[in-house]
This record gives sequence, structure tokens and C-alpha cells, in this order.
Amino acid sequence: MEMIPALGSALAGLLQEAAHGAAGAAGQGAAHGAGQAAGDHGGSFTPILPGLILLIPLIGAAVNGLGAFLWRDRRLVPSWVGPLAVGGAFAVVLANFLRMLETGAAGPAVVTLWSWLSVGGLEVGVDLLFDRLSMVMMLVVTGVSTVIHVYSAGYMRDDPGISRFFAYLNLFVFFMLVLVMGGNFPVTFVGWEGVGLCSYLLIGFWYENAEYSSAGKKAFIVNRIGDFGFLVAMFLLFAMFGTLDYVPIIESAADELAYGGITVTAVTLLLLLACTGKSAQIPLYTWLPDAMAGPTPVSALIHAATMVTAGVYLVARSGVLFAMAPMSQAAVATVGAGTALFAATIALKQYDIKKVLAYSTISQLGYMFLAVGVGAYTAGIFHLTTHAFFKALLFLGAGAVIHSVEHAFHEQGHHGDPNDMRSHGGLMSVMPVTGTTMWAATLAIAGVFPFAGFFSKDEIIWYAGSYGYPILWGVSLVAAVLTAAYMARLMFMTFHGENRTDEAAGQGASSALHEAPAVMTVPLVILAVLSVVGGWIQIPEALPLPHVSWLHDWLHPAVEPALAVAEEHGVEAAHAAPLGGGEAVWAGVSLVLAVGGIVAGAAWVRSKEILVPERAADDRGLARVLNRKWYVDELYERVFVGPLLALSRACWRVVDDRIIDGAVNGLGYAGRALGWVGSRLQSGRIGTYVLVFTLGVLAVLGGLVL
Amino acid sequence: MEIDFVSKFDYLLILLPEVVLSAAALVLLLGDVFQRGQESSQSADWVGLTAAGSVLAAAAANGFLLTLEVTSGAPMIAADAFRVTANFIFLGATFFGLLFSFDWLEREGLDKGEFYVLVLLATVGMMVLGAARDLIVVFLSLELMSIAVYVLTAFQRSDPRSSEAGLKYFLIGAFASAFLLFGIAFLYGATGTTNLARVVPRVAEAAADGNVLLYLGTGLLLVGFGFKISAVPFHMWTPDAYEGAPTPVTGYMAAGVKAAAFAALLRVLTVELMPAADAWQVALWWVAVLTMVLPNLVALAQDDVKRMLAYSSVAHAGYLLVGVVSANALGRSAALFYLAVYTLMTLGSFAVVYHVAGKGDRRRHLSDFAGLGWRRPLLGVAMVIFLLSLAGFPPTGGFVGKLYLLRAAVDAGQVGLAVTLVLTSLVAYYYYLRVVWKMYFEEAPEEAPSPGRPGPSFRFSAAVCAAGILLLGLLPGTGIDAADRAGRSLTDRPTVESPAAGATTAGLDGPGATPASPSSESDGPSD
Repeated sequence: MEMIPALGSALAGLLQEAAHGAAGAAGQGAAHGAGQAAGDHGGSFTPILPGLILLIPLIGAAVNGLGAFLWRDRRLVPSWVGPLAVGGAFAVVLANFLRMLETGAAGPAVVTLWSWLSVGGLEVGVDLLFDRLSMVMMLVVTGVSTVIHVYSAGYMRDDPGISRFFAYLNLFVFFMLVLVMGGNFPVTFVGWEGVGLCSYLLIGFWYENAEYSSAGKKAFIVNRIGDFGFLVAMFLLFAMFGTLDYVPIIESAADELAYGGITVTAVTLLLLLACTGKSAQIPLYTWLPDAMAGPTPVSALIHAATMVTAGVYLVARSGVLFAMAPMSQAAVATVGAGTALFAATIALKQYDIKKVLAYSTISQLGYMFLAVGVGAYTAGIFHLTTHAFFKALLFLGAGAVIHSVEHAFHEQGHHGDPNDMRSHGGLMSVMPVTGTTMWAATLAIAGVFPFAGFFSKDEIIWYAGSYGYPILWGVSLVAAVLTAAYMARLMFMTFHGENRTDEAAGQGASSALHEAPAVMTVPLVILAVLSVVGGWIQIPEALPLPHVSWLHDWLHPAVEPALAVAEEHGVEAAHAAPLGGGEAVWAGVSLVLAVGGIVAGAAWVRSKEILVPERAADDRGLARVLNRKWYVDELYERVFVGPLLALSRACWRVVDDRIIDGAVNGLGYAGRALGWVGSRLQSGRIGTYVLVFTLGVLAVLGGLVL
Repeated sequence: MEIDFVSKFDYLLILLPEVVLSAAALVLLLGDVFQRGQESSQSADWVGLTAAGSVLAAAAANGFLLTLEVTSGAPMIAADAFRVTANFIFLGATFFGLLFSFDWLEREGLDKGEFYVLVLLATVGMMVLGAARDLIVVFLSLELMSIAVYVLTAFQRSDPRSSEAGLKYFLIGAFASAFLLFGIAFLYGATGTTNLARVVPRVAEAAADGNVLLYLGTGLLLVGFGFKISAVPFHMWTPDAYEGAPTPVTGYMAAGVKAAAFAALLRVLTVELMPAADAWQVALWWVAVLTMVLPNLVALAQDDVKRMLAYSSVAHAGYLLVGVVSANALGRSAALFYLAVYTLMTLGSFAVVYHVAGKGDRRRHLSDFAGLGWRRPLLGVAMVIFLLSLAGFPPTGGFVGKLYLLRAAVDAGQVGLAVTLVLTSLVAYYYYLRVVWKMYFEEAPEEAPSPGRPGPSFRFSAAVCAAGILLLGLLPGTGIDAADRAGRSLTDRPTVESPAAGATTAGLDGPGATPASPSSESDGPSD
């Protein structure tokens, strides 16, 4: 984090100049948001060029989209326009961040771009919300996106669809920003749907492959279930508050709603349903592993760093509502902890490197849900941020590995799966940069001191215990061990031991393995640095280290209303874990667990010979159950999809064909019959027309005069 | 700039757009004759381009009208925001109608100067009609517009359908004009003036007296306008005329002529004849309901897309009538907003139909649209936008327009109309979406000829129309503001009457001979 201000201060100054210039030229144009800014934390905040943050990626998407038609074969334009568009948005966000930092203003500042809907009592503007929370999200989204876009320029270099790819990717960033900047539920929902659409388009990017495009559809359909929750929650909120803007809802929730009442519980549970879809939590997580069919930078950006964290963001954003509904909070925390453990077990026995990372992502998202569920919003956002760094890095590193192995397979004319770790091994010697940076990320995710994940994950585990959820606390500790183990397994299978590429693809294949080009490794190094230092923005007081409370202080104004509600109703953090012992003790314990997990994982990989996929026997016993992901997909197939298909077949045959079609066709026939009578009257004879005309005249005159 | 009609030059100023367009029409008429040499040859490109250019010039002149301020006199021509906004709609219809028709004229070998001249003159008629504040001017401009359009309808002389359509349109049009003229005469009898600016108090008086002449006049006026806007039951000519007319003309008729008639109707009925509203609202309520219900049902049975769109355009007259019957400021603005959207989507959809139909307008059946979305992706997208907007699907302008009309109706307490509007719109989804379905979900037969790539002017105007529809749907603010300002300008203007300017402004103001005319009031030197 330290390097960013240094890098951006010059740019920020420039932009501020531009903003003032524009304000001077356009009169009140730029000062629009100031009037509506409200908040008691450090006064008001005037965003710098707020519309531009959205506009630049949108223009990028438009240019690249046009490019997909106009300059099909030219790779240069999209590989510059794509990253620059997102980088530009990042620069503007940075300028805003620096101003907020400088002035100490907290917002919330609402900028209304235009009035969108005004129907009945419902007034919805296209509002952008600038507060401490959305600012962190904007920084993470645009920052990580910029790095990944640069990487993509290298990764997709040889793909004929690169223009289309960057068009989707830019569009995704646009919608993601709409999601986090939305000043009311409908605008957030637009972003919510938009990122879903882009995710669907990008998962099915290689749509020639039927399996890939059906993975896209799966993601789309599972997310619709969640969206249903979002929509109904919105209706309920409107019924309760008469508005859908965040600011008034947050301000008045504590007075308007009954604590633990049925409506607020219903609303928050519905929101939770929406979040489990978008953030791949139990029970709606099954789409995310399949979503790995998309290009790897997509997995890094959408399915690890940004889109899937939208659920966490939404819970944090509506923290006041959740604080009013302790039952829902418990549900969120339970879903989170359960998912963290469950997905971690599956990750233990996956062979596809991206599948391991996918389940790891689900598991880590579980941690974030656990955090926001117990009411530790800052801890959730903290882990969201560090996770964006190290998980993006892991995916990008995996992409570099896949790129390299695929190349080797291609040279040999081998059609195996380049994602399968059983065909990797010993890659450290050929890909030192990728391997080293991925180790940094691995140590971070495993929670080894002083890497980023140590601080963020430890905080979550600590709060789960101290807010009085002993079982979830235990679960999260177990999941932490498993995390270290499966990550060590991934690293040792991929980068250490004997190389098995020759064995898989034939002699000489390994000579084609290569380190990724600089355009791909530089992003890895940047993310690696962030994975190391990213955790230092928040160091608990209890540890024998310099106490840093930057993130807590920064986010405090944004999460304060929710904390106030919790405090008012006697929810308080204890100062000891369920088994006794303070924060420092348990930080030490979890560090030991993490290292232990890594050692165990390494020993596990070393303990037996790894056979390439062609010769490997099927797993047996528990390993098989884990490899087949607890048979959940099969269960869903049996319990939901199968009966649903049968039901829809029945509906189609009986209800639709006979009853509804009968009625509709009947109505249709009736309508058409009437129409037929009408058109018979339309004989084409002028005499008839004049007759009808005259009758009409008589009717009108009769009506008027009599 | 202030206008007080002391200088004769002021008349030119206040009629500037009309003057520009009329002059262009005359120049083109002569220029084309000299350029072509003989009747059978085609016009040069510059003729069409000049016509389109003159429309732009007229639009610029129209914008200039906003700077005028009438300080005295109650002229026969209004210079309010309503006129300017309506003019922009007419000029837009003409501009895009012309651009759309270039392809067609060339294809059918009909690229003759007369076409452009007639279109320009019809547009002059529309503009005057939208601005008319005297019933005589209403009649004159209506005839100017109608006669030009009669000829345009029959423009494809080689096609008997076109001639038949022109003849039918003309005969029934003449029949309707007679009613309109009768109505004007009765109104004059009831109020003693044809000038709308001073008719309001006299209408109130006549209505209070229960003057039969007033009701007869209003009723006959309704009939005359009902014909022009093709309201049921005065609509019977519409499907035949629309179907037989050359398709670009159909689009122009459906968009421009209807818009002009509605503009006049809004001004005459909902402002000047407002004191008699009790009477005409009931009659028009029924007309509106019938006009929404009947054509939508008949359109269900049409397999000819052009005819289907013809019925749909009748149905849209019904939706627009909702705004008229509501008779409040909101209704006027809503109708104006809807007219703008309606112009874009109607022109666009008819243009796509003629493009797909190919030479001789033969391939207009629903099945001819099969697979269009895949064969001509951009044309397909444009058509989908037009159709969804006609159906009133968000986020198109058609949706916002309908919403606006609904609000006006609900505000005016016309809940029945609002419900009818919603229900009939739902019915209409079926026949619009049927075309979309054909375009995307059915394969074109192997042997079916693929429609070619449209010409540049066609592509340009299709893109602009589609973009305009989306813009009015996504960012309706500006459009609504403009419509709102225009709607309110009808009633907001000062009602000062200056005897000094009477000579030039009083129109056919009677000498107080009619019984209802208050003879105490002295207007004009004719007294």
C-alpha cells in the first residue's frame, strides 16, 4: 500500500488541477455533489470527477467492442486500450482517495448523475456514493484490475478474440464500479446484474467449446436464484422506508425497525440469499468451480478478486440492517464458517490447479462472510483486500504455469489437460519468478507471519471467538490448517519434485517449458509485494509489534452505525478466546497451525509417487469423496435439477400444452377471430368505409349534442 | 428579438422555417425540371440532398424562433415553445423520412424531383398546422399537407395498389374535410370568431348557454381531426392507404401527418375548446378506447408486416388520444413526448420493412423476416429496438412515453383509459414480438434472397433513430423537460389583445352578427 500514494501523488495533483479547471469553466458542474454531501465525520467531501471513474472503462469497452468488428487482427490496440482504460479509472480513484485522506472527510457524499426513475413515490437517481467503504472497494477493484489487465495483454496475446476479451473485461470493471459506487439498491443491482452478465460472457469466452458455454449458463442460472432474493429484499425495503437510497436507510434503520423483527430478518435473509449466489457460498457455490472454464485472468479478476466479493460488500454496506437482525447475522456467520471448512476439504483432493484455487476462493470468501456475520465488518473488508492481492496473484501464477505447460503440450501435439497438477512438477527451475511470487501468495493465504493473510485471517478468527461463536471459531481454526495444507500440496505438486511433463506429453516436452514474459511477470511481482505488505495496514495492539490501526480508523465512520446498533443491544467483543487466552496467544497458535499445515501438506505430497493423469488410478475412500466434491453436484442434479426437469416436462406436456396453451390459444383465437371480423369489415370498398365513417359521425354528434 | 408586427418583416421572421422550406421546394421544383430535361430520367443526387439540407436549415430557423418574443397582437400563428417543439418533430420526421427514402426511390426508379417537393410542401403544411391559432389557418394548412400527401400516396404510378390507395385516401379525405369545414363554420356561428386566441371566453359563454351550434361544431371538428389521426371509427382508410402507399411515404404519413394533426388537436381541443370539455371529453373517451382496442385485435390477425404496422399505428393514435382526453398540462406534454418517440420508431420500422421487402415491395410477409437478425445483424438490432419501443418495453423511449401518458391519465382521473392502455399494450406485445421471434429464432429458407446492405443514408438514419429511442428511454430527462415546457407554453402565454394589431390578426372575426357573439367587445377595424 505504501507505494501507491507515492506513485499516484503526481497524477493526483494533475487531476486535481484538471478538476478545478473544469469547475471553473463549467460553472457549477463539478460542485454538484457538494450540496448533497452530508455526514458528521470530518465534514463534507467533494468527489473529483466522479463520473469519469465510470466513463473511462465504459469508453474502453466501447472502443474494444468496436475493435472486435473493425480491427479483428490487430492486437496492439486492445492490449493498450484495455489496461489504459482501467488504469485511468484507477488514477481518478486514487486522486479521490488522496483527497479524502488529505481532508480527513468521511462522506458519505452522494453524487446524482441524473434522475433515473420517478414513479409514484419512488425516486431513484443514478447516484454515486463516496464514503470510506466504497473508497476502499474502488481502490481494490481498479487497482487489482489494472494489474490483471496488464497481465492479460500478455496472456491473451495470441488469442484472435483479444478485442472482444478486453471489451468484456472493461465492461466488467465498469459494472463492478457501478456496484460498489451505487448510492442506492437499484443502482447497485444494475452493477450486480452487469457483473453477472460479464462473468457469463467471459466464462463462455471460448464459446466454441460446449462444456465451457454450459459452465457459463450454470453460473448465470445459479445467480438468478440469488437475484430473486435481492429483488424481493428491495421491494420489502421500499415498503418499509419509502426509499431505496443507502444514506437515509442507514440513518433511520435503527429508529424505524424493531430489533430482531420479522421484516428486517426477512430482508437480511433475502439479501443473504443474493450474496450466497454472487459470492459462491453454501448452497449456491457450485457455479464457481465450473466458472474456471474462462480464461485465467478472468478467474483472477472476477472469480477471485472482485465480483465474488460483492456479497461481502453488500453485507457490510447494509451492516445496520444485519445488526438489527441477530438471527440473520448468525446465519451469515454460519454459512461463512461452514463454507470455509467445506470448500477447504474439497480443495485438498483436486488435481486441476484452477479448481484448487477455486475452492480455496470459496473457502476464503467463507472467512469474509464469517467476519461480516459476527459484526467484524472491518475484518471482513480487510481480508477482502488482502485476499484480492494474493488470490489474484495465485490465479495469475497458475495462468503462467498453464500457459507454459499448454505450450509444451502443444509442441508435442499432446491433448492432455494442462491444468492437471499431476503433469506439472519441478517447475521452480524453469519458472523461478512465477514460483517465488506464488510462494509469497501461498504463505500469505496460509497465514504465515508477516505476510498479509496472517493479519487479516487472524483478525477474523479472533473476532469469531470473541463475539461469542465458539463453534464457528473452532471451525475456522480447522479450516486454517486445511488451507495451509492444500496450498502446500498445490505448490509442491507444481513447482517441486520431479518434472512430469515429459511423462505426460512425451520426451522433450519439458524443454518447451518457459518462464512467462515480462508483461506477465511484472504484475506477479507487484501483487507479490502487496501480498507481503498488504497486511501491515492493520496490526492488532495485542501483538508485540508496532500497533497500526489505519484500516480500522479509516473504515470506522462507515461501519459505525452498525456497531452502534450492536452496542446498544449489548453485543460486545470479549477479550478472551472461548478456550481462554488473549489475542496474542491465539495469533501464535494459528501461526503454528499454519506452518504445521504447510509441513503436513509437503510431507503428504512427498509421501507417495505422483502418477500422470493417464496412469493414475481412481482415488478411493474419503479421497474419492473429496475428489468428487462430496457429490454435491450429483446431489443437486438428483434433488433439484432432475425433479425440476421432470416437473417442467410435466408442466410442458400437461399444464402448458393443455391448460395454458389451451387458454392462451383460446384467447388468441378469440382475438384473432375478432380481428378477422374486423378485417372482413375492412372490405376495401369505399362505400363501406364512408358508411362506417358516417355512422361514426352520427355517434359522435349524438354523444355531444344529446 | 421582439415582434410587434409593425414592420412587415416581422411576418417573415415568425414564419421563417416555413418560408425556408417553401422557398427550397420552389427552387427544387424548377431546378429539377431544368436539370432533368425529360420526364423519364432520374433526378441528380443533389436534388435529394438539397431537400434534406433545406430541412436542416428550416430546423435551424425553427431554433431561432425561440428567441422571438411577441409583444403585441394575437397573431394567427403562434410562436410558443409548443410550436417549436412540434416543428422539431415534424422536421425530424421529414429529415429521416427523406434519408430513408433515398434507397427506395433509387430501387424503384422513382427518383424524381417532385417527390422531394411534395414532401417539403407537406411539411410546410404540418408546421403551419401545428402553429395555427386560427381555424381558417388550421383548415388551409391541413389541406396543404393533405393534398401533397394524397399525391405522395399515389406516387408509385406503375403499381395499381398505390393508385388505389391514393384515390381512397383522397376520396375519404375530401369527405372528412367537408366535415371539418362544417365544424369550423358552426363554431364561428357559435362564437363569432375563428381566432383561437380570443375564442376561449366566448366558448365558455356558449357552453354556459348550452349552445347547440358549439356542440355541433366541436363534434364535426372532432370528426375531421379523427380522420387525420385515423381514430376509430374514422380509420377505415388507414390500412388500405398505408398498405398501398410506397412504404417510405407510409412511414412519413404515419409519423408526420399524425403528429401534425395531434399537435393541432392538442392546441385546439385541450386549450381553446377546453370550456366545452365536458362534452367532447366523453365522445373522445369512447373514440380513444375503441382506437386502442380494435386495431390491436385486428393487428393480431395480420401476417403482412406492413399491414400489421399500419394497424399498430392506428393503435398508437389511441394511446396518444389518452393524452388528449386527459386534457391537462401533463397530458399535452406526454402526448408531445410520445409523438417524438413515435416518429422515430414508426419511421424506423417502416423503413426496415421496405428494405426487407425488396424491389416492388413484394416480400412483406412475416416469414420473409425469418433469420433477419443473423443475416443483417445491425439491421436486426435496429428493428428489435423499434419493435420493442413500439411495444413499450423498457428501457426504450416507448416505455417512458407510455409511462408518461399513464401518469397524465391517472392524474386526470381517467383510470379507465389508463387500464385500457396497459391491457391493449400487453396484447400488442404478441404481434411485435412475433416479428422479433421470426428474426432470431427461425432460420431463413435456403433459397430466400438475403436483403442487401442498406445505403449510407439509410444506415445513418436507422442508427440515429435507434439511438434516439434508447436515449429517450435511458435519459428521458431532457426530452421530458422540453415536452413539459412545450405543454405548459400552450396555456402560459399572456392573453393580451391589442386592438392596434387587430387588422392583421383577427382573422375572420365576425362583426358580431351571430347571436352568441358578445357585441360589446370590439375587435378589429371591421367593426
